[in-house]
Amino acid sequence: MSSSNPQALLIPLLLAAIGALLFWAFWSGLTGHEGERLAALALERVPESGASNPVTSVLLNFRAYDTLLELAVLLAALLGIWSLGPAAAPYQRASLLLDSLVGWVVPMLIIAGGYLLWIGGQAPGGAFQAGALLGAAGVTLALSGRPNAGLPGEAWLRVLAALGTLVFALIGLTLMGVGLGFLTYPPALAKALILTIETGATLSIGATLAAAFLGGRPRAKRNAEP
Amino acid sequence: MNPLLLGFDILLSTTLLGLALAALTSREPRRGVILFIAFGLLLALVWARLRAPDLALAEAAIGAGLAGALMLSAARRAARRR
Amino acid sequence: MSHEILLTQLLYGGAGILFFLLGVWSFISHEPLWRKLIALNIMGAGVFHVLVAVAYRGLDAPPDPVPHALVLTGIVVAVSATALALAFGRRLDREAPEHTSDAHGGVDDREDGTHA
Repeated sequence: MSSSNPQALLIPLLLAAIGALLFWAFWSGLTGHEGERLAALALERVPESGASNPVTSVLLNFRAYDTLLELAVLLAALLGIWSLGPAAAPYQRASLLLDSLVGWVVPMLIIAGGYLLWIGGQAPGGAFQAGALLGAAGVTLALSGRPNAGLPGEAWLRVLAALGTLVFALIGLTLMGVGLGFLTYPPALAKALILTIETGATLSIGATLAAAFLGGRPRAKRNAEP
Repeated sequence: MNPLLLGFDILLSTTLLGLALAALTSREPRRGVILFIAFGLLLALVWARLRAPDLALAEAAIGAGLAGALMLSAARRAARRR
Repeated sequence: MSHEILLTQLLYGGAGILFFLLGVWSFISHEPLWRKLIALNIMGAGVFHVLVAVAYRGLDAPPDPVPHALVLTGIVVAVSATALALAFGRRLDREAPEHTSDAHGGVDDREDGTHA
């Protein structure tokens, strides 16, 4: 309450210092000397990456390591959530109106997810957007009172959650075994490999996000199979 | 300089700033979370403006949809505890 | 032409830095978990602003895809981190419900009086 509180003075000072530092770094990054930029290099190599959408080719080819580890982070977050306890009690079943709306919306979200996954090679879209839509479909199901958000039982859910990381790592290791280097795609196979990885990643991201929304380990056999 | 575009940029940025401030200073959970969802939706507009349609798609689905649903359930718990 | 791009970058990047600072302020001065999570997400939005602003190359030139890829993964990681934090919060409530409910209300009011 009193302005003589040292904290009240310290925090703005600290923030101003951080802000000045950040702005200086941002400014010097924008106006710094024109050396060779990563952007030109990346855009130039896009045609040989197996995907003509630059963002997808960066995600799944040039910086594939990063994306693999990111999927592992998602998996770790889900493991953390599961280890903290069981899921919250399911929501009560929605009224008839919302319930039938959900019956329309969820298939459309799944179709839109599949479309985004496929189009991601040439246009905006890809595994992350598609996975987000699948996750949103799961959240919609959970909110309208379906136990377990329409996800399969725990055994299958584990497979689904690990699928992206698993497929990604297996393809990387196979390529290494063949002698090409970890996640160095041969240009002829690049498109097929990227699509395979993206499909696995989409399923994993969708399942992980929906399971994360439930906030804990799935409750024991309310529905054993989807 | 296209004055219309500059006007749009300034309008978008100030709206976002206002929403962020309102979300951060709100003491009522539900209000804060809904302001945050609005913030996420406008964020998707920023990505579209800065030529990042991939991000706009992801943000609209995640920032507004998933994060919103997550935070709303948290807000519900926080409100019940009062 | 190039000034126009720089101006846009500065506008959105500057807004991003402002979001980050606002988020830091709220994160350290507000007690309840849901407020901290909103603050954390707004800090993240600020970082994404700066990255996307750096990648911007004008309306008719393709932007730098590398920061875009970083932000895309960042968005997904941010939401999963939020979910993890909420799971932690629920577990803490279950372990010591009476402690958290008292502390939240009290500290919240005091801190708001100090800084708002």
